[in-house]
Amino acid sequence: MSAPRQAVSKTSAGLCFESVGVRFGEQTVLEDVSFEVGLGEVVGLVGCNGAGKTTLVRAATRSLRPDAGRVTLAGHPVESLSRRALATRVATVPQDIHVPFPFLAGELVLMGRTPHQGAFGFESSEDLALAREAMARVGIAELADRRVDQLSGGERQLVLFARALAQQSEWLLLDEPTAFLDLRHRIELLRVVREFARSGGGALVVSHDLGLIARVCDRLVVLAGGRVIADGEPGAVLRPEVLDSAFGMRADVIQGPDGRPVVVARIEEG
Amino acid sequence: MKHLTPTRFALTLALLGVGLLAAGVFALAMGPSSVSPGEAWQALFAPSAGDPVVDIIRGIRLPRIVLAALVGASLACAGVIFQALLRNPLADPFILGVSGGAALGAIAVLSLGGAVGLGYAAVPPAAFAGCLLTLFLLLMVARQSSGTSATGLLLTGVVFNAFASAAIVFLASISEGIDGSRIFVWLIGNLSSARLDVTPWLALFLSVGVACALASARGLNVLALGEETAEQLGVSTEGQRRVLLVAASLMVGAAVSVSGLIGFVGLIVPHALRLVLGPDHRLLVPASALAGAAFLVVCDTLARSALGGRELPVGAITALLGGPVFLFMLHRRQAGWGATRSGLL
Repeated sequence: MSAPRQAVSKTSAGLCFESVGVRFGEQTVLEDVSFEVGLGEVVGLVGCNGAGKTTLVRAATRSLRPDAGRVTLAGHPVESLSRRALATRVATVPQDIHVPFPFLAGELVLMGRTPHQGAFGFESSEDLALAREAMARVGIAELADRRVDQLSGGERQLVLFARALAQQSEWLLLDEPTAFLDLRHRIELLRVVREFARSGGGALVVSHDLGLIARVCDRLVVLAGGRVIADGEPGAVLRPEVLDSAFGMRADVIQGPDGRPVVVARIEEG
Repeated sequence: MKHLTPTRFALTLALLGVGLLAAGVFALAMGPSSVSPGEAWQALFAPSAGDPVVDIIRGIRLPRIVLAALVGASLACAGVIFQALLRNPLADPFILGVSGGAALGAIAVLSLGGAVGLGYAAVPPAAFAGCLLTLFLLLMVARQSSGTSATGLLLTGVVFNAFASAAIVFLASISEGIDGSRIFVWLIGNLSSARLDVTPWLALFLSVGVACALASARGLNVLALGEETAEQLGVSTEGQRRVLLVAASLMVGAAVSVSGLIGFVGLIVPHALRLVLGPDHRLLVPASALAGAAFLVVCDTLARSALGGRELPVGAITALLGGPVFLFMLHRRQAGWGATRSGLL
């Protein structure tokens, strides 16, 4: 079992959260959060609603400036990078977005190429090839000419995932990427995330689906009350007492057929 | 996979350019004295000396048509920018109240500026300032109610417009140099009393505005998906937002200072184009400029000639067309989008 808070080396090649603290007014959302997402690994971030998971993702993309600590990429604070440089290294899959105009799914995926392009001009054949490949990998090639505002929530999530892949970044941040997906597409998406890590990328996956996330992640980080309460291999982290303090739920943990932990929640009546 | 190719870009703009030219020739031929399109063409490109038609075409109708084209292009283009930045397809300069703010700025200079030595040349800058101030106000409201309701923003705009109109009437009443009946036409939006010496300025403001919008056309695409998405895709939103808001205000200020409150051009034109061409701003921005120009040229021709000898303010025509379109769009928005985007071009 790993220590709850790991010391992070300054010269790390990974995406590092270094003692990150965030406050919204009086309320402390994150406090002294430190962990690393290395290249080649998939890290799962779990915690109950309001634990600060999305806030942490937003700190990594510079959408939010931490009140304490910092986020670094291969040793460089993200604040020191230009937005464009950051976008070529970190791609984000948001929970969902509202698209007020009738953009097509293919057009949205092509927007993933934005940090690699100028302000005006047309897509290169390379841009098109990468967008097509990303859609094919996610299994949504046939959605290319459909309007985004007419897709289902799950389809739109896959489009946003393809957009992030087309961005060709080193890190992927996925904020509840499977919330609207059926089981087959959840597994499919997480398989692509694994592939991404195997080819040298790093991924941070926020999810409530403990069963799936325990099977694809190399490490799990558990947030509770804005702090990291556990960080380590899924088998070491998913223990009844951790689940109790993170989610306030009583659960048994059994071993699945692949040796990974499976959480079985107790439903107590009365 | 459908996407914007150079061929589609050039072909669409060429087609719209031809449309604008056709609208112009049609407009040249229309008016109290009948001139055939052929004669109009001749008077324009091969004038024979002493021909009265040449005076009518080159001296009277052409300047008016050029003015209508520039105002239409400015309003449509500004509409596109506001819609993308506010993420609301109903955001038209008139409905947002920024036209009203510009008009208030212009009238303030016309009525009170004389006392401090400001001449007519100060009107366009004052309109621009009025426009920027109104926008600032609107954005504060938008931030306060951050995204709770897009219609709240429009409501603020409509109320502000009513306020600006009242202030304009008040200023006009207390100042001696302003003719009340002209104010009335100006509030509806009208090109007949426009001063032609501002045409070059209008052209300049429009070029700057379109150039700014084109230069960040890709930025507009991602900004339309929201600030956070734009940032995640590497677009620095703040600088770009500021440049685009100034560009749109320049265009609105210039258009309002010559034509008053012509409404709905910035709503109808981009909406129609989005249905046919899609929402990609690289094409939508220049296409809106061309189509907006053609649209207002046609509307102004109707205004000049529909009632025989008497002129109708062109703003009355655009509002008669635009009001129902706005209501229809609002209804559709609340009912959810229905129709599929056609793939004509």
